Amino acid sequence: MKREYDVLVVGGGPGGALAAKTFAEKGYSVLLTEKRPAIGAPVRCAEGVGKALMHEFFKPEDRWVAAEIEKANIIAPDGFKMELEPEKAGAEVGYVLHRKVFDRDLVWMAAGAGADIQVKTRAVTPIMEDGAVKGAILNQGGIAQEVRAGLTIAADGVESKFARWCGVDTTVPLREMETCAQYLMTGIDIDAHATEFYVGNNIAPGGYVWIFPKGDKTANVGIGVGGDRCKPGNRPIDYLNRFVARNFPNGKTIELIAGGVSICQPLPCTVANNLMIVGDAARVSDPLTGGGIYAALYTGKLAGDVGSKAIEKGDTSTQALMPYDETWRASYLGKALERNYQIKEVFVKLNDDDLNAIVHSVSKMNLSDFNTLNLIKNIIAANPKLAIKLGKAGLKSLLDSF
Amino acid sequence: MIEVHREICAYCGCCVSVCPEGALELVDAYLDIDTNTCKNCGICVRVCPLGALEAKK
Repeated sequence: MKREYDVLVVGGGPGGALAAKTFAEKGYSVLLTEKRPAIGAPVRCAEGVGKALMHEFFKPEDRWVAAEIEKANIIAPDGFKMELEPEKAGAEVGYVLHRKVFDRDLVWMAAGAGADIQVKTRAVTPIMEDGAVKGAILNQGGIAQEVRAGLTIAADGVESKFARWCGVDTTVPLREMETCAQYLMTGIDIDAHATEFYVGNNIAPGGYVWIFPKGDKTANVGIGVGGDRCKPGNRPIDYLNRFVARNFPNGKTIELIAGGVSICQPLPCTVANNLMIVGDAARVSDPLTGGGIYAALYTGKLAGDVGSKAIEKGDTSTQALMPYDETWRASYLGKALERNYQIKEVFVKLNDDDLNAIVHSVSKMNLSDFNTLNLIKNIIAANPKLAIKLGKAGLKSLLDSF
Repeated sequence: MIEVHREICAYCGCCVSVCPEGALELVDAYLDIDTNTCKNCGICVRVCPLGALEAKK
């Protein structure tokens, strides 16, 4: 580890790894630090990603892919199951990854491109001079070392402490933190190529239960619950245990995963002087689905592209880095986040009757042109009472504006 | 003060993100609480997916 780099990347998840790889490929000296002793572990993810979205970056290696998903089932509170057929499921058709392998390979690629990697090395304080980030104090093996960098990438995941230390408020409101628990289970009777989503206020208030297959008779079985709905005796782990006892009494749990995903709006600004914030740390996980892999890959890569140009021009001020912020907001990602935030705001307020009505009505639709927006429009058309409720929540006007 | 039940905590960092004071830090596989900064508001206790945190008077 040198004492000075062009770029310091804090965090070795997909966002940090792709940023580090991009900067290294452009010939800049890069240090990627990961506070954990291993990349990709412990997993804090349901591991699903849309195929088309993934293909923007990689043709996935076979070893990354635990399962290919062909359809999605949504199960209403009354137990009614709606199937989203392959040709209708759009971006929901995807992969369930092995994040332990995937994350590790991405960091491997960054190393191959020339980036230095340090694990079990935690950024403990940014070096701040004249209102700009100039690297960080890193703690490695109990020894604090100063590493200076012209540009620092905060890719430290949901905790998002680094940007916070730099003066950016990254606090997630309680009601917008989805609190999650997941088991990797085996010996369960599932469709190995279908994801399942269970909704309902007794099943997962303010969230949903997911079953994401990872191969034959094996799946991530997890739950997200709205932070404000989490109570002693009714925490995600309690809901999950009840769900598993009901649905998979003979299943075997081979891993427990806990985690949190923000379902708030993205940070108001994702750059500062000599600082770019990517992935979960920037609060760009999807507020409706909780998915964050694509957003991390997209923002990580973009930070590498925009940051490289800024370094080349010798100006990494907030102003010079703003194209990063503007570009992702104007992109497919930014627009999807904005729209799904509004939909999420309505979703978390729906009672079980609303949810039943929605799932039943959608199953009767012939959705040849399936996408989320079309789906919502059809739901509203089929449910006049619900339409009034959604209208009151401001969703109708939002949809009309598209 | 906030007590961490380490036998329950799976060091996921969910609590870190909601702390209004930035008093929590996930150091690899353990949760560190800065008792000088913590105001004992209990938001972290509420959000924990596993119930690993407890507010003690």
